[in-house]
Amino acid sequence: MSNEVTTAASDFAIDSQKQNFASAARAYISRLRAGDLGAIPAILSIAVLVAVFGSARTESFMSVRNLGNLLQQAAPIMVISMAVSFVLLLGEIDLAAGFTAGVTAAVLAVKLSHQWKLLPTLVLCAAVAIALGVWTGFLVARVGIPSFVVTLANFLSFQGILLLITKEGGTIGITNKTVNAIEGDNLRPALCWIALAIAVAAFAASLIVKQRNSGGTIPLSVVVVKVVTLAVVGAFFVQLLSKNRAFEGAKKKLQGVPYAAPLVIILMLVLTFVLNRTAYGRHLYAVGGNAEAARRAGINVIRIRMSAFIICGFLAGIGGVFLASRSNSVDPQTGGNKTLLLAVGAAVIGGTSLFGGKGRMLNSLLGGLVLALIENGLPLIGKAKPFGNKQIDFSQSGVAFIVTGLVLLLAASVDALSRKRTG
Amino acid sequence: MSDQPILELAGINKSFGPVHVLYDVDLNVYPGQVTALVGDNGAGKSTLIKCITGIYPTDSGQFRFQGRDVSIGGPKDAAALGIEVVYQDLALCDNLDIVQNLFLGREHKRMGLLDERNMERLARETLASLSVRTVKSVRQQVSSLSGGQRQTVAIAKAVLWNSKVVMLDEPTAALGVAQTAQVLDLVRRLAAQGLGVVLISHNMNDVLQVADRVAVMYLGRMAAEVPAKGTSREQLVELITSGASGSIGLQRAAEVSV
Repeated sequence: MSNEVTTAASDFAIDSQKQNFASAARAYISRLRAGDLGAIPAILSIAVLVAVFGSARTESFMSVRNLGNLLQQAAPIMVISMAVSFVLLLGEIDLAAGFTAGVTAAVLAVKLSHQWKLLPTLVLCAAVAIALGVWTGFLVARVGIPSFVVTLANFLSFQGILLLITKEGGTIGITNKTVNAIEGDNLRPALCWIALAIAVAAFAASLIVKQRNSGGTIPLSVVVVKVVTLAVVGAFFVQLLSKNRAFEGAKKKLQGVPYAAPLVIILMLVLTFVLNRTAYGRHLYAVGGNAEAARRAGINVIRIRMSAFIICGFLAGIGGVFLASRSNSVDPQTGGNKTLLLAVGAAVIGGTSLFGGKGRMLNSLLGGLVLALIENGLPLIGKAKPFGNKQIDFSQSGVAFIVTGLVLLLAASVDALSRKRTG
Repeated sequence: MSDQPILELAGINKSFGPVHVLYDVDLNVYPGQVTALVGDNGAGKSTLIKCITGIYPTDSGQFRFQGRDVSIGGPKDAAALGIEVVYQDLALCDNLDIVQNLFLGREHKRMGLLDERNMERLARETLASLSVRTVKSVRQQVSSLSGGQRQTVAIAKAVLWNSKVVMLDEPTAALGVAQTAQVLDLVRRLAAQGLGVVLISHNMNDVLQVADRVAVMYLGRMAAEVPAKGTSREQLVELITSGASGSIGLQRAAEVSV
C-alpha cells in the first residue's frame, strides 16, 4: 500500500484543523450533547451534596477536621471500587470483592499479631488476594460459569474463610504503626506542598508533550487552563489540610493530607496508565466492548478475563489493608455489610458502565467521594424539618441507605440515557 | 491484471459428520479482480470462506497461493498468507475509536507502550488511500459511525496488513442506497490496488456492477465460474436456483440429488 498519499484538506477535519480555545470548548460541549458526559454527573453530585450539607451544617460539615475524615472514610471504598472496575469493564461482576478484602485484612491482622514482620506479611497478603482472584477467574473464564453465580458462591465461602480466621466472631487488633498510618496519619504539610508541586509539574509535562504531538489540534490555552485548575484546586486543599485540625487541648498536632489520599491517587494513576497506554488495557476494553471482535482480532479472550479477575482480587486485597488500617482491627464483618455494594455503586455513579467496555479508574474515586459525602453528611445534619413541619432524623442509617440508593439509581439512569443517545 | 490466479482452490471437499457440504469445489481468485461468490442460502458459500480462512479444516483438496501449494491449518496461516475476511457482522468494538479498532490485536508499540501517534498516522493514510472522505476524525468512536462508515472501517482493517486477498461477506446487506454505492466503490478500489477480492453477495445488481467474474455455488458444488460481462441477471438467477443455465453450469446427469 502506498504511503505517500496526501490527505485533502477536507478529510479528517477534526484531526488536522488547528483549534483555538473557543473551538475546543465548542467541541467539548458538542461531545456532552452527544451523551459523552464523562465525569460531569459525579462532579455535579459532589457539588450539590457539598452545597446542601455545607449550608445545613456549616460549622461541622465544612470543618477541616471533617474534610480529613471524609478522605479517610472514602479511601477503602475507592480502592475496592477500582478493583471491581476491572471486571466491570468486561461486563462481569465480582460480588465477593468485599470479602476478598476482608480475608486479606484478616490474614494481615493474624500474621502481624503473630509477630511477623510487615514486608513478608504483605507478600503473603498479596498471595492470598491473588489466589482468590485466580480461583474466581478460573471458574469464570476457563470453566465458563457466569461471574454472578461464581462470585455469589464466593461471597458465602470467602465470608466463611473470614469467620474461621477470626475464630467465629473475634476481633483481631492491629498495632503495627505503618499499617495504621495509612488511614490514620497525615503527610507533613511541607511534604504535601512538594508532592503537589511534583504532581502539577508532571501533569503539565505530560500535557505539553501531548500538545506538541497533536500538531495544533489541542490549543495551548486548554493545556494552561487544565494545569492551572489542578494547581489551584490542589493548593486549596493542601493549605486547608495543613491547618491543625486536632481538637482543642489535644497534645498532638493533626495536620497535613491524610496518607490515604495520595496513596489512592497514585494507585489510580498507575492503573489508568495500564488501561490507557498498554496493549493489555486496550484489549481489556475490547473484550468488554465486543468479545467476539476481540477474539477474531487474535486476542486471547480467556486470558484477558482470567487476568481481570486476578487484578480485581489483588486490588481488593489492597482495599483490605485500607479497611484494616481504618478500624485498626479486623472482625468478621470487615469487607462485609455494604462494602461491595458501595464499591460497585461508586464505580457506576462515577460513570463506569455495568454493561462493560466503558469506564475509568477516576470514576471510582469520584463516585466513592459522592458516597462518602452522603454517609458523612447525613448524620451531621441530624434532626431537621426540610418538608414543612414533619421532623426527620437524617442521622438514621435508614435515611443514608435510601439516599445512597436514590443517588445510585440516578447514576444508573444517566448511564442508560447516555447509552440511548450514543446508540 | 494478471492471468495467474493468486489463490486457487481445487477439489475441496468438506463434510460435517454425515452431511457432505462441499463437493470437489474449485475456485480461482485473480489479483486485481473482483470475484463474486453467489449462491442460494445453504449452497456452501460461508463454509467455503471458512475453509479458506482456516476456521474449518478441509477433508480433501488443494490450496495454491501465488502458484505455490500451501496448507491452511488455522486462521493464523491464512493471515500469514495475507488472506483477510470482512465478516457480515463487522467484528468491530463499538466502544473503541477507529484507530483502536484498526490496530486491535496488532497494536504498534514503542518501548512496550502503545505508539498512538504512529497508529493514528497509518490509520489516516490507509483511509485516505481507500479514498474515504466522510470520516471527520480517526479518533471518532465506532459507535458514532454510520453503517457505511463502519463497513469502510472494517474493510480498512482488512487491508491494513498488506493483505493480498480480501473476502467480503455481504458488505452491503444492511446499507442504504448511497452507502451501498460508497462501499461498492471501495470494493472496486481494492481490486484496482491489485488485491484479489472475493465478494459474497445476494444482490445481483451489486454483483454485476462490480464483479469481473462470478462463481456460482449450487448445493455444495461450484456450478459455474463465468465472466460478469456478457452474463445476464436472469442467467445468474437460473444458475443459483437450478445450478445450470443453457449450456453452462452443472449438467443434469451429473447433478446428484441431496
